[in-house]
Amino acid sequence: MNTRGLRSQLKDSVPVTGLCPQAGPYGVQDSLRRGFSSVKNELLPSHPLELSEKNFQLNQDKMNFNTLRNIQGLHAPLKLQMEYRAARQIQRLPFLPSSNLALDTLRGSDDTIGFEDILNDPVQSEMMGDPHIMTEYKLGVL
Amino acid sequence: RQRTRPQLLRAENTMLNTSTKTPTGGFSFENTRRNAVLEANLSEKGYSAPNARKTGTTIAGLIFKDGVILGADTRATDDMVVADKNCMKIHYIAPKIYCCGAGVAADAEVTTQMMSSNVELHSLSTGRPPLVAMVTRQLKQMLFRYQGHIGSSLIVGGVDVNGPQLYSVYPHGSYDKLPFLTMGSGAASAVSVFEDRYKPNMELEEAKQLVRDAITAGIFCDLGSGSNVDLCVITEKTVDYLRGYDQPVQKGLREGTYRYKPGTTAVLTKTVTPLTLDVVDESVQVMDTE
Repeated sequence: MNTRGLRSQLKDSVPVTGLCPQAGPYGVQDSLRRGFSSVKNELLPSHPLELSEKNFQLNQDKMNFNTLRNIQGLHAPLKLQMEYRAARQIQRLPFLPSSNLALDTLRGSDDTIGFEDILNDPVQSEMMGDPHIMTEYKLGVL
Repeated sequence: RQRTRPQLLRAENTMLNTSTKTPTGGFSFENTRRNAVLEANLSEKGYSAPNARKTGTTIAGLIFKDGVILGADTRATDDMVVADKNCMKIHYIAPKIYCCGAGVAADAEVTTQMMSSNVELHSLSTGRPPLVAMVTRQLKQMLFRYQGHIGSSLIVGGVDVNGPQLYSVYPHGSYDKLPFLTMGSGAASAVSVFEDRYKPNMELEEAKQLVRDAITAGIFCDLGSGSNVDLCVITEKTVDYLRGYDQPVQKGLREGTYRYKPGTTAVLTKTVTPLTLDVVDESVQVMDTE
């Protein structure tokens, strides 16, 4: 395996699951872990805030970058996004939680406290991913 | 071989948590569907799911000559039952900024604590004392983000470089800037007192009396408010947190006793049945008394 430039080959997104969103390991619906499936469950969010909260950070960034582009020109968001991408790669091993200090500093959220710091702090989560599987997935060997 | 290995490993995945997403903090909506199903089941049988405890409040604020006075009652209700007879509804945000909270008790509490931390961090990073308008802006942006699901209505009052200011923020994120404000279930009763007797630039004692009267009107005319009146007087120089400033509702003293005199009930017959008990086992445990 070519170990040079390894970091640039790391996957940082989850693949699309396909036609059955509730698929378990064998491709059929996984009732034990994901509950009963219904068309309503898959199409509609379970809570009005679920979608907006999942995409909140993304939407904020998009809005801010758009404003910045309108004020200062295209170069400003391009440079910032390059810095974001670099900061996002500073992580620990795949199964360990990272404080994302550089990313927070860039975003300016290092001196604010929101619900994402109080509730469900990933540092205090009771479950951890399996180290071998997560590392293999990240390296693309899985 | 290459094809079977990933499937085997995916079977292992199910035993351990191998979601490859990085976990983020914040609200988790995993249980909303389950809760909806549970509530539907309960309502079929005639029961209802438990509700969040509301404060059932009268809170009021007033700008007088030298500063701001905030007032609140001290009752917290759980539907129709009084949950807390003496809770504190005036929360600290910054040395010269205080906030009264109404609505869902937990939401108001957590929101004001988060605001207090944010204000401290912000003023440390700017190097200046915080502005009341800044607190209001952060509050309204956060409450709008959650579209009113965080049910806390707040009155923010304080003194900063721009003078004394008073804002009210509603659960959906709108705000008002006015010289006198009331919120909560007893708001209508309290605002009627303000509308009647408010004048700009009142003196301290007159203003304190007016706020006390407004909160007392809320206490007597609204079932959700009760117990004592708390006041917080904020001026440029001092902050006076007067907890239990007035106690319009005292618990009544019992006039007589309801005990019966011994001998009221006549004894007609008396039978004694001794119970014989055999000693089965005897054990001695020595205590260390030294």
